[in-house]
Amino acid sequence: MHVTFHEKIIEHIYPVKGGFENAGRVSGQVKALLAKRNLPKDIIRRVAIVTLEAEMNICSYARRGTITVRVMPHFITIEAVDEGQGIKDIEQAMIEGYSTATDQIRSLGFGAGLGLSNIKKFSDTFRIISEVGKGTRLKMLIHIPKEFHPPKT
Amino acid sequence: MKLQEVKEILDAEIIVGKDLMNMEVRTAFGADLMSDVLAFAKPGSLLLTGLTNPQVIRTSDVLDIAAIILVRGKRPLSETIQLAEELRIPLLTTKFILFEAVGRLYAKGIRGCIEKVGDARDLS
Repeated sequence: MHVTFHEKIIEHIYPVKGGFENAGRVSGQVKALLAKRNLPKDIIRRVAIVTLEAEMNICSYARRGTITVRVMPHFITIEAVDEGQGIKDIEQAMIEGYSTATDQIRSLGFGAGLGLSNIKKFSDTFRIISEVGKGTRLKMLIHIPKEFHPPKT
Repeated sequence: MKLQEVKEILDAEIIVGKDLMNMEVRTAFGADLMSDVLAFAKPGSLLLTGLTNPQVIRTSDVLDIAAIILVRGKRPLSETIQLAEELRIPLLTTKFILFEAVGRLYAKGIRGCIEKVGDARDLS
């Protein structure tokens, strides 16, 4: 894990390996990281949910990828970038229930075609870019409520 | 209701968390689809599921699930047990099928962590 500290920004970059053995590990780490900060529980939960779904996607469909979490004063961004097969038709992939998952993924209780719609549901803004044969990039933003903004100096 | 009582109602076997049976639970969620668990389960709820892989524990950790009840007599994988121990999440197994297990808990006062889906962002 690579960590950068700016004055007000904390950036964590987590490498994600393809394959199921470690699926879910990064989201646990992200949750633990955010728990140390003064953030509301439901915000931490949303970031962890979004991260877990993005991580499952990388583990299921890509050779490797990274998840970058940036904690800014007013919002948190989660960026998931992978080197994978890419998505042919994003509009179709966004439909709840549409899935190209293998039986192995489904046997873990994922791959039901709900991942991307869950990601969209739990983030305030969501962007997806994908190129077939190269990979997929997701970027999610979750606002931190005003009461939890750091005091102005 | 204490977790100990849940164990007795379901005639369940404790796999992880013998020392955590005093935990108080009031709500539950039952599903085999982890994406639905992520979308709808609430912190502090019981999770009833037939899935036994470590991702169940990871998902429960992310959601602050109080305890996991494996239904239909499922036995967890050894990695699952190890992870539950590491993250201190109680793990029980019951021979009741999901329908019977939730019915018995409901009859004793445990409620769904939500009643119906609707508000997509219901995070209360």
